[in-house]
Amino acid sequence: MSRLSDILEFAIGDAQADRVVPPTGFTATLTWFAAAAMAFLAVFALALSLAAGRLADRWGSELALSSTIRISAPAGQLEEQTEAVLNILGTTRGVASSRAMTDEEQQALLEPWFGPDLPVGSLPIPRLIDVVETPEGFDAAGLRLRLAAEAPGAVLDDHTRWRRPLVQAADRLRGLGWLSMLLICAATAAMITLAANAALSANSQVIRVLRLVGARDSYIAQAFERRFTIRAVLGGALGAVLGMLAMWLMPSAQPTGGFLTGLGFQGWHWIIPLFIPLIAGLVAFVATRLAARRTLKDMA
Amino acid sequence: MKPERSVKGHPVIELDNVAYNYGGGELLSEVSLKLQPGSFHFLTGPSGSGKTTLLKLCYGALFPTAGQVRLFDQDVMGLDRDGIADMRRRVGVVHQDCQFLDHLSVNDNIALPLMVAGYDLLAEAANLKELTSWVGLQHRAKALPPELSGGERQRAALARAVIMSPDVVLADEPTGNIDWEMSQRLMTLLLELNRMGKTIMIATHDLALIRSVKTQVQARVLRISNRRLQLAGADL
Repeated sequence: MSRLSDILEFAIGDAQADRVVPPTGFTATLTWFAAAAMAFLAVFALALSLAAGRLADRWGSELALSSTIRISAPAGQLEEQTEAVLNILGTTRGVASSRAMTDEEQQALLEPWFGPDLPVGSLPIPRLIDVVETPEGFDAAGLRLRLAAEAPGAVLDDHTRWRRPLVQAADRLRGLGWLSMLLICAATAAMITLAANAALSANSQVIRVLRLVGARDSYIAQAFERRFTIRAVLGGALGAVLGMLAMWLMPSAQPTGGFLTGLGFQGWHWIIPLFIPLIAGLVAFVATRLAARRTLKDMA
Repeated sequence: MKPERSVKGHPVIELDNVAYNYGGGELLSEVSLKLQPGSFHFLTGPSGSGKTTLLKLCYGALFPTAGQVRLFDQDVMGLDRDGIADMRRRVGVVHQDCQFLDHLSVNDNIALPLMVAGYDLLAEAANLKELTSWVGLQHRAKALPPELSGGERQRAALARAVIMSPDVVLADEPTGNIDWEMSQRLMTLLLELNRMGKTIMIATHDLALIRSVKTQVQARVLRISNRRLQLAGADL
């Protein structure tokens, strides 16, 4: 409770204390701009990280338990081999379910590349069988041997070959997103530290006078901390709102658009960027406090 | 560590065998001094002799390189930064260049010690008005410091120095930039403070000023000569 009252007291401020430091200077503009620009970039880094996370989760969980069997056979044998494959799958341990995809489903899969109204029936397109595994999974090598014996046109694709590097890439992309967030925080802190140092140097005479009349370091530091924190929160809010607006204006997620159109916020994730101004304020507060304490100690 | 109130009768400021080195050389050496409550002192000596340094040692703006400085019975070396800040609220300081915040009005500059100590200025408005009138600046309360004359600035600085009702007032060449008439007016205010029980120490090289004040108050005149502090002779 006292911590909350401290925060409220800091936010409301001391109108008397606020006046002791001259209000203007290029540091005000620098802090505003740095916080706004960094918040704007942070929204994109956050969106990238969240989208990569969604992708990694989907590839990691949904596709992990699914496989596909592709049957390429002459038109006369296709139905027969499909039946044989389904029979094999029905007796294979580790297979939860299996079904042959319909012509409409196969057409939908090809539509992004060939467009609508593709005459699937008139083309020698292989039949696809969707296999769902049990959590224990099946013996892929054994299944391949059985398929080779009873349905020579069937090829098992357990997605492992392409799924693993994709999941790895998505995981790394997510990590890079968070790393970007940390770097943005560090860069913001560095810029605000520079601005705070410049402000403290520019106001060295003010600090001397305040000390002369008995001001404690905490009083002097707070006059700067509050000013920089408020600027960073307001700049951060502006940057975050602009970033969210830019994300909102991006095309919505389409299956045909792949990863890029999914780069945005979904559902409750829209709440997360609203915390960016608060984080900017916290970073500014800590950076200014450290800069002020160090400078005031050096000025002793 | 917080400063404690001085014990009545004990020196408010005491320097014991103090030395201060500056730029590789010794500026002050073997300086011993006791300022008793309610006493009046002049500190004189040629330019560069160390008057300002000695005053700064007296309010904790500088620390001795040897010896001991005690403010209100507290060793300044034993005080932390907050302790020094709190101690300064009990010592009013008037500088030759006044040291104002030029973006604040005269009124706000005078009230600055109250602000930093967390006083409510609205509650102190009557005291502030009375003090501004005492130094004859009631008509200049809203002005900015650069708009004041030299004498007005010194009186405003004196008002700021005494607004916290300090035990001691230290003035560094307070009449350096003002004419004789204004110097006399400022001295009258300082004498009035002394009659109220405040300890006063004024650093000045203006011997005529010292002579004029000595006719009105029992003042000790100290002189810095060859890095050492001496009691001035009968010529003063």
